[in-house]
Amino acid sequence: MTAKVTFDFDQMLSNAREAYGEELMKMADEGLDFVFTYSDNVAPSSSTGKFIKKYPERCFNFGIAEANQVGASAGLALSGQIVFSQVFGPFLPLRAADQIHTDIAYNDVPVRLIGTHAGVTAGGGPTHNVIADLALYRAIPNLTIVVPADAGQCIKTIRASMTYPGPMIIRIARGAEPNVYVDEDYEFEIGKAIVVKEGTDLTIISTGSSVYWSMMGAKELAKKGINARVIDMHTIKPFDKEMIVKCAKETDCIVTVEEHSINGGLGGAVAEVLSEASFGGKFKRIGLPDEFAVLGDPMEIYKYYGMDPEGIAKTIIDIMDK
Amino acid sequence: MNKNNIDIEMVKDLEDKCIDIRKNLVSFIYRIGMGHLGGELSMVEIAVGLYYKYLNYDTKNPKWEDRDRFVLSKGHCSETLYTIFSDLGMYTMDYMVEHFETLGTAEFGMHCNRKYVPAIEASGGSLGHGLPIALGMALGARKQKKNWRTFVMVGDGELNEGTNWEAIMAAGHYQLGNLVAIVDKNKLQMTGSTTEVMNLDPLDIKLEAFGWEVIEIDGNDMYSVCEALQSLPPSEPEVRRKPIFIISNTSKGKCVSFMEGNVKWHGGGIAKEQLDEALVCIEKNRKER
Repeated sequence: MTAKVTFDFDQMLSNAREAYGEELMKMADEGLDFVFTYSDNVAPSSSTGKFIKKYPERCFNFGIAEANQVGASAGLALSGQIVFSQVFGPFLPLRAADQIHTDIAYNDVPVRLIGTHAGVTAGGGPTHNVIADLALYRAIPNLTIVVPADAGQCIKTIRASMTYPGPMIIRIARGAEPNVYVDEDYEFEIGKAIVVKEGTDLTIISTGSSVYWSMMGAKELAKKGINARVIDMHTIKPFDKEMIVKCAKETDCIVTVEEHSINGGLGGAVAEVLSEASFGGKFKRIGLPDEFAVLGDPMEIYKYYGMDPEGIAKTIIDIMDK
Repeated sequence: MNKNNIDIEMVKDLEDKCIDIRKNLVSFIYRIGMGHLGGELSMVEIAVGLYYKYLNYDTKNPKWEDRDRFVLSKGHCSETLYTIFSDLGMYTMDYMVEHFETLGTAEFGMHCNRKYVPAIEASGGSLGHGLPIALGMALGARKQKKNWRTFVMVGDGELNEGTNWEAIMAAGHYQLGNLVAIVDKNKLQMTGSTTEVMNLDPLDIKLEAFGWEVIEIDGNDMYSVCEALQSLPPSEPEVRRKPIFIISNTSKGKCVSFMEGNVKWHGGGIAKEQLDEALVCIEKNRKER
């Protein structure tokens, strides 16, 4: 089934944070058993806040103490519970790295760590940017890493995680990003990338909310007669290497776009696959460069680093010598 | 029986058991060539009190759902637990030696892995992890309305780690009466005394200020250990009352004169002559009956 994408609906905003709270409520209403741990950053008026109010006996607030929250989430899982745990993104991978590594991954427990405000979406400068998390998670065994492209896909991820084995990271943005998919009527399988747009001249591989900007970049390219394929690589681990190798055989230029450091994230993972597959074509990583990002509104920062549709198109035209 | 309803004959049996465990422990460390004897010897009475009397569990079914949980947060002292598991009939000593960090066939390691050893509740060994995990287990029991109790043992040096204090704060906040933490306060950490390296005292006042009930005991005195463990109120997960912290004052390297109180015996192996001497030292501690 081909996914229907919102290629032409720029203004349909997506809110994965709201969406997953609503999904937790639905799942609890259906009688599914799980617990929820969270930090002092869930607004009572949010959908998650409402879920907590309705099901207080299964929700635990850990205040501002991410390491303890992640460690205790492992303990809850070891007591026989599936655990969803929301952590303010900037302080999940680095503050609780040891707990993610040892308590969650080494113990191999069903904790779903939901890191919010991915990339630069929190605003507030580099202390509140999430740029190194994928590099860390990729190197930790047992972790499944999912980066939903929009709110609807986040719901699918939450739902799928109820029966998926082992620990999982779910990386979402702040919650005001454009939708990629028109509806939820498409197949979603953890570990299987989705072709959101067919194309023959090159392949753009992207993840998370960058998938939308990649599609808009493809739209810009189309104006110049370049037909770009766009891949939604929603799962960073297990990594859909087959899809990358297929694209490498069918298009001789591969570009990655991600809201993460260009070091060690999606681009790095794709480069590793291409290298081992002896890909001889052109390759470029688009993302946050190896510097602490400039201050500004996320949209301004995307533009500054060429991660906006025009920037993506320009980089691609440059490397393709068009 | 005495005024606290403690069976004196049982205490005597457990005292003898501690002698046996210590002897088996040093022999085990001699055979595998590496351990943390100082802290492994200091915690023996508490571990014996739990595994031979006060911990509700089934050696034949270590994953029994309603068992009490014991998390060894000072995970580098795993060999004390392995020695007890062996004494309880779960493994022979020979089997444990053959499968100790042996490439490809290892089940036992300096730091325990719950997947290889089912009686281990949480894989770990990095300090400062056990208390948050035990906190989560106690919350899990409350949510599931289960009466099992969660015990966690930390080291006094380990309490340098800030995550402990995050968990101590949260357990006080949640009033988890089904959680019992025990600090093996042997007063030495890797390179010096806990007062020199990072002063912990007054620990009782700190813990009480975080909302815990504190019981302070001589943790190398079997009677005191039994008294503390027997005095624990029933584990009623839904009742909100103070979690309990047992400050177990012990001596690092207990019962082996050349190790006792000697910071050099934090970690390492033991030579044959030292083993022979240690076995004699330990046996001297057996009480005349």
